[in-house]
Amino acid sequence: MKEKIHIFQPKLSWLAIPFALIFIAYFIVPLTLTLIVSFWDYTEYSIIPDFIVGNYIYIFDGCFTFENGLCLTFKTYISTFFFCFFTWLITLLLGFCVAYFLAFYVNSLPLQITLFLICTIPFWTSNVIRMVSWIPLLGRNGLVNDTLITLGLIQEPIEWLLYSSFSVILALVHLYTLFMIVPIFNSMLRIDKEVIEAAYDSGANQFQIIKNVIIPLCKPGIIIGSIFVITVVMGDFLTIGIMGGQQLASIGKIINTEMNYLQLPGAAANSVILLFITIFIIIVMTKFIDIRKEL
Amino acid sequence: MKSKNSSSISRRKMLKLGTGTTAAAVAALYAPSVISSDPITLRYLGTAVSMGDEVQKKLFEDTGLKVKFIAVTTDEVTKRVLTQPNSFDLVDTEYFSLPKLVPSGNILGMDTKRIKEWDNVTSIFTKGVTPSGKKVGLQGTAPSKVMYLEGSTGKKFANEVTQYATLIPTIYNADTLGIRPDLIGRPISSWAELLNPEFKGKAATLNIPSIGIMDAAMVVEAMGEYTYPDKGNMTKDEIDLTMKIFTEAKKAGQFRAFWTDFNESVNLMASGEVVIQSMWSPAITAVKSQGKDCVYQPLKEGYRAWAAGFALPKTTKGKTADAVYEFVNWYLSGWVGAYLNRQGYYSAVLPTAKQYMSEDEWGFWMEGKAAQGDILSPTGAKLASAGEKRDGGSYEDRMGGVACWNATMDENKYMVRKWNEMVAS
Repeated sequence: MKEKIHIFQPKLSWLAIPFALIFIAYFIVPLTLTLIVSFWDYTEYSIIPDFIVGNYIYIFDGCFTFENGLCLTFKTYISTFFFCFFTWLITLLLGFCVAYFLAFYVNSLPLQITLFLICTIPFWTSNVIRMVSWIPLLGRNGLVNDTLITLGLIQEPIEWLLYSSFSVILALVHLYTLFMIVPIFNSMLRIDKEVIEAAYDSGANQFQIIKNVIIPLCKPGIIIGSIFVITVVMGDFLTIGIMGGQQLASIGKIINTEMNYLQLPGAAANSVILLFITIFIIIVMTKFIDIRKEL
Repeated sequence: MKSKNSSSISRRKMLKLGTGTTAAAVAALYAPSVISSDPITLRYLGTAVSMGDEVQKKLFEDTGLKVKFIAVTTDEVTKRVLTQPNSFDLVDTEYFSLPKLVPSGNILGMDTKRIKEWDNVTSIFTKGVTPSGKKVGLQGTAPSKVMYLEGSTGKKFANEVTQYATLIPTIYNADTLGIRPDLIGRPISSWAELLNPEFKGKAATLNIPSIGIMDAAMVVEAMGEYTYPDKGNMTKDEIDLTMKIFTEAKKAGQFRAFWTDFNESVNLMASGEVVIQSMWSPAITAVKSQGKDCVYQPLKEGYRAWAAGFALPKTTKGKTADAVYEFVNWYLSGWVGAYLNRQGYYSAVLPTAKQYMSEDEWGFWMEGKAAQGDILSPTGAKLASAGEKRDGGSYEDRMGGVACWNATMDENKYMVRKWNEMVAS
């Protein structure tokens, strides 16, 4: 006769409770508060509970009349989208290539891990130190300009190497390529080698294998990496600020300035708009692929 | 009737008993601290620009008090005072923040009768004139305009002298443009040079709107474009005009960068990316200490000044408040004053600071005299050699040359927006 063994078996959904609580306390609640405060009124020294849409109207003031050209908000979002798009494009290309190399060309695991760790070097130093150290490299009297002048390739130092859109995108790419590498690499490792062999045996060349086999199977990784990069860059103001010489607009900087000047409801309204735009971008991206199905 | 009476007696009894117990409990609570004389630790909220370890050490030696710094940025100080007034015992903030802080009622007036050296506080704060009687420019939030409160819990500035001060002044200075004379190679004498096309791509200003706009106004006035009735309180039209001129300059590539952080300004100047910019005096010292020639250039239109001081949050009471007064009195008693003066700032009570400085130091920093020997910073770094003079000269010349003070404008919100528009252009 078999004894029935009773094991305490909670419903699986219970296991989600701890995370759900954290999620509610540190995400849902603050977000709700931000949403609420964005409808409050404020003075120089206080915020006043209220329900006004003035903060939102103020943000889009003059945006639809085009009296003075583009309004501040539109200009700022265009500038933010610009950085976002190019950073995304470049990190995607670089991240894909690096992941491809790591996954398919490096066969020993220790070497794979070593190379992977090397990719994390940009995160070993503090953000500020890293950005300050670009000056001796890209500055007017920096290493790059000095070398080019010594080689006789240029007569005058190139000014746009630093404090320009170029330097901003360079720094962002330098920072966030890893965010692309990790998920894409992860997707690539899951690809069954036999599938690639089958493609090869069927006469596909390398380009065709990448295009028709690897990329489709890496889509979840690509999408996850893209979400990381886009959300981070959309809200960035430190890198854009320092590398752009504070002369390039980003929506993060506007929110930062408003918070410094205690215009908290205004900052909250801007944050809500930024959040919805970012969510919209992510929704559009996930339209291309159902991440949950692919995972 | 009887029962009512008895109950009232017992209630009174209870009350008595209650007070007694509370008193005993309080005594028990405080007694150990008296016996072991635990040092009081004051939570000091401020930017801590001027407070090194040696100040804390000396404080403990002299008074047995300790401070715990909550070091944040100027804007963050304001935010903290308004949103978390019980998170500190003492705040060190700037006068231009007062129009935001005072109406909130979160800071108390400091009782000037409890400040020993109050009568010796420099007249720049109390009367708006230098010690020798020279009138100081009062545009902007000049300390003498916001010095007094109507009462200790007043939410309004008093127009006349009262017993209660908003801030007990601690540190102040006159700011101007910093230049690299070795890279410019000619004399600079006006704020207008910041927008001189000669320095295209080699100029910088700061991306802190409330201060940046004041420097911008100094430039606009120096260029002869406009004369402001009050640079520290512009109308919308005046803000538009100022920002238009700066936007055009920015679009033409005048600025290499804007900076928000002190260290950024040091890097810009030391690397030679920038040869002329809005700058703060310790940044000049930092560039010099890297062996680069850097001058805090006096300009004919005058200086933009700033000042900071101590305030008491409304939540600080009793023993802690006493300790705060003891700390403030110690701060003004001279040692710290000398320490500040040696960094190129100014102390609020000059006579006490003088006692702690050598004749040569006093002559160099305060009287504009040539140094007799090496002039050292509090940390021992050499700041000047024999024969050198301080940029801008004496205290009278520098503070007497103040044209305006850091300010909070009535049109602050509009100003911040216009500033953001310039950055985005």
